[in-house]
Amino acid sequence: MSATIHRQPPAYALLGIFLLCGGVLLPLAYLLVRAFEADSGELREIVFRSRNLELLSNTLSLTAGVLAVSVVAAFPLAWFTARRNIAGERFIAAAGVLPLAIPPYLMAYALLGLGGNYGAVAQLSDRAWSFPILSGYWGAVLVLALCNFPYLFLNFRSALMNIDPALEEMAYSLGSSKRRVLMRVIVPQLRPALLSGGLLVGLHVLSDFAVSSQMRYDTFSLAIFTQYNSAFDRTYAAWLALALLLMTFAALFVEARALRGLRLDRAGTIIPRRRAARGFSAITVAAFGFTALVVSASVGAPLFSILFWATKTDMAGQWPALFESLRGSALASMPAAVAATTLAVPVVYLGIRRPSWMTRMLERTLYIGYATPALAFALGLVFFSIRVTPALYQTFFLLVYAYTMRYIAEAVGPLRSTLYQASPRVEEAARSLGAGSAAAFFRVTLPLLKNSMLTATAFVFLSCMKDLPLTIILSPPGYQTLAVDLWGNIEEAMLPEAAPYALAIVACSALFVGLLLSREKSHS
Amino acid sequence: MNPRNLLKSRSFALLGLAATSLLPQAANAAESLTIYSGRTESLVAPIINQFKKTTGIDVTVRYGGTAQLAIAIEEEGAKSPADIIWAQDAGALGALNKAGALAALPESITTRVPELFRNHNNTWVATSGRARVLAYSPERVAADALPKSVFDLTDPKYKGRVGWAPSNASFQTFVTAMTIDHGVDKTRAWLEAMKANETKAYAKNAPIIQGIAAGEVDFGLPNHYYLLRFKASDEAYPVAQTFFQDGDTANMINVAGVGMLKSSKNVSTAEKFILFLLSPVAQQYFTSQVFEYPVTDEVIASSLLEPFESVLKHAPKIDLEKLDNLEATLKLLSEVGLL
Repeated sequence: MSATIHRQPPAYALLGIFLLCGGVLLPLAYLLVRAFEADSGELREIVFRSRNLELLSNTLSLTAGVLAVSVVAAFPLAWFTARRNIAGERFIAAAGVLPLAIPPYLMAYALLGLGGNYGAVAQLSDRAWSFPILSGYWGAVLVLALCNFPYLFLNFRSALMNIDPALEEMAYSLGSSKRRVLMRVIVPQLRPALLSGGLLVGLHVLSDFAVSSQMRYDTFSLAIFTQYNSAFDRTYAAWLALALLLMTFAALFVEARALRGLRLDRAGTIIPRRRAARGFSAITVAAFGFTALVVSASVGAPLFSILFWATKTDMAGQWPALFESLRGSALASMPAAVAATTLAVPVVYLGIRRPSWMTRMLERTLYIGYATPALAFALGLVFFSIRVTPALYQTFFLLVYAYTMRYIAEAVGPLRSTLYQASPRVEEAARSLGAGSAAAFFRVTLPLLKNSMLTATAFVFLSCMKDLPLTIILSPPGYQTLAVDLWGNIEEAMLPEAAPYALAIVACSALFVGLLLSREKSHS
Repeated sequence: MNPRNLLKSRSFALLGLAATSLLPQAANAAESLTIYSGRTESLVAPIINQFKKTTGIDVTVRYGGTAQLAIAIEEEGAKSPADIIWAQDAGALGALNKAGALAALPESITTRVPELFRNHNNTWVATSGRARVLAYSPERVAADALPKSVFDLTDPKYKGRVGWAPSNASFQTFVTAMTIDHGVDKTRAWLEAMKANETKAYAKNAPIIQGIAAGEVDFGLPNHYYLLRFKASDEAYPVAQTFFQDGDTANMINVAGVGMLKSSKNVSTAEKFILFLLSPVAQQYFTSQVFEYPVTDEVIASSLLEPFESVLKHAPKIDLEKLDNLEATLKLLSEVGLL
């Protein structure tokens, strides 16, 4: 085994780091260039604008609110599935992931169309019932939490499953109460899960402009979008994007910092305890009641609303236009998915077969695009292409490029897990039979990866299909995609006309979640 | 399918392919047009498609906010790929005219519309007219409780009940008009008072109407045709609209208009497109489908529209040509914290 580990990191790993980082960072650098082009008087006015403070406090309180509500939704679900012996826990686990099938911009549209004096509920009841329309801070919090809590759920769940029961038993044997065990033994062990799940939720909130726009709650991302869309004060837009980037870095830093020095390891392995027989109890009722509540709010209500509005439009008449957008989305998503997987394979391969700090770094750089706020990245690309590569400005290529850089991280998971399971012995055998390292890789390892490469491609493809921010800023003039057309209808408050596009996007996202669930199942 | 049929169908397919690949080239060798449209896609795509179909010209449209596109044209300069700017309002066209970006249009175009609907040096013509209105909920607002002037809306009794769209070009032109009618200071004070009165900012006009129907706000300041579009598909739509007292700036008449860029290399194609927009077909479309006012008199009036003469009576006397200071308005809106 040790013969295959090369202490010296390969030089091309360095090149890869350089290219992948550069691919995202260079456009971002153009935000800086653009931001400092204004004269000093204008700069002072922009930086000290009182609105910036308002945006900052709005963005922070939105993030805090979404995190809090997400924890409230995610923790019980994780607890029920990981800690209690409840019949049908699979169903509860699926409920924790299902909301990923509804992208936030679509959830906002659907929930806006549900409430109010003239929403789906009011119209179906002949305006006998109605509930106030969601909007403002609480509207944005609710929508973003309902869409993003699954990231926390997945993290909580695996953390709860990996807690060594011996620790609790010890605490009980020393006379601790249940409550004390929860607060002193279990909760502290959830810190990493809270941080990494929370980070994902936070990054999504920082990136969002579509929900805040529909809910009319001003945040940094929305302000960037408004500047881009209506006034296009490019200098101010660049400053706002920089502020957003700074907040993202701060979040990443806080997460890394909070985990530093944290030790939750143990000597030896967990000895699984025999689980009590599954029974029907008050807990079961509570668990299913809570799950039903979460599912109906996060999936049931939006689907109901979209279907209602779909009945108000001439679906058959819209089919040709819908097909055109579907084709446009697929045409841009496909090359991005293939490119992302092709790029990810060698990086993941090096990370596992030639582990060194440098190849690990290389693997980490795949996440840069994912963590960067989408609007900041798109805006950076616009500035960059106008200045440096005018031939690429507003082209299809730029859209595919942006998709690839942003969603390449989605390809890592499936590739990694398969490569970990594929024994290096097979490659070594090929080498011993005279194959060169390249031949061994192409003829032995790559065929093993075939299925996971397909999965990785599908993940990236479906993410691109439902992407809104990159598509809306970077798609070439006149280029029709599902997301752009849906957004056009949403912006014009054409609720019925938006419904077919919404259904198409939900279908794509449902495939994505189906894939996620089937992978979960095959790994558990 | 047996081999012979397969052969047959394949040769048919080849024939079809050859025919379709020859046709458009034969009709129009490389005639193309790039339009920057500040008008919303859902409103104008049908008529642009009709132009494409009848002429066979290859049209590319970049949709965006009117101000965004006007500024993009200024930045792109002589290298701009645009031949045509189709703006949602007169303000952006005025700004482009002032910047010298627009070419003079030939008489064959300008004489098609009355003077009210073009600028003095003939660099843009209106394609349709629209009015600013006061939209309200007839369920929650009694007819005698309507505000008389747009300045009334800063009264505490309207607190949190009004919706507007500060990032929308038509709204911005209305603000420009207010600065001309009432001065910059009074306009700034009005904007600040409105903001303090918790006026709700929507992204566009249509969501204001939806917000009134949903019960989120009771009043709104949109263009006139958005409500008519909702009403056309649903007569019972629970929103109404009216004007403020005659001459109020908020009743202003604005236009959507079109200009040709000096940098355009497709001059004759661009002129063809503008003439098409002024043709009875296009004008009838704007009236019957978009519920705007036609700029030529060759169309059948829409029954949903209040006659243009009466709208003229409500409107303030404003020279659209003077509304060219978009930049100052954008700056004002930023300073007040609305953009």
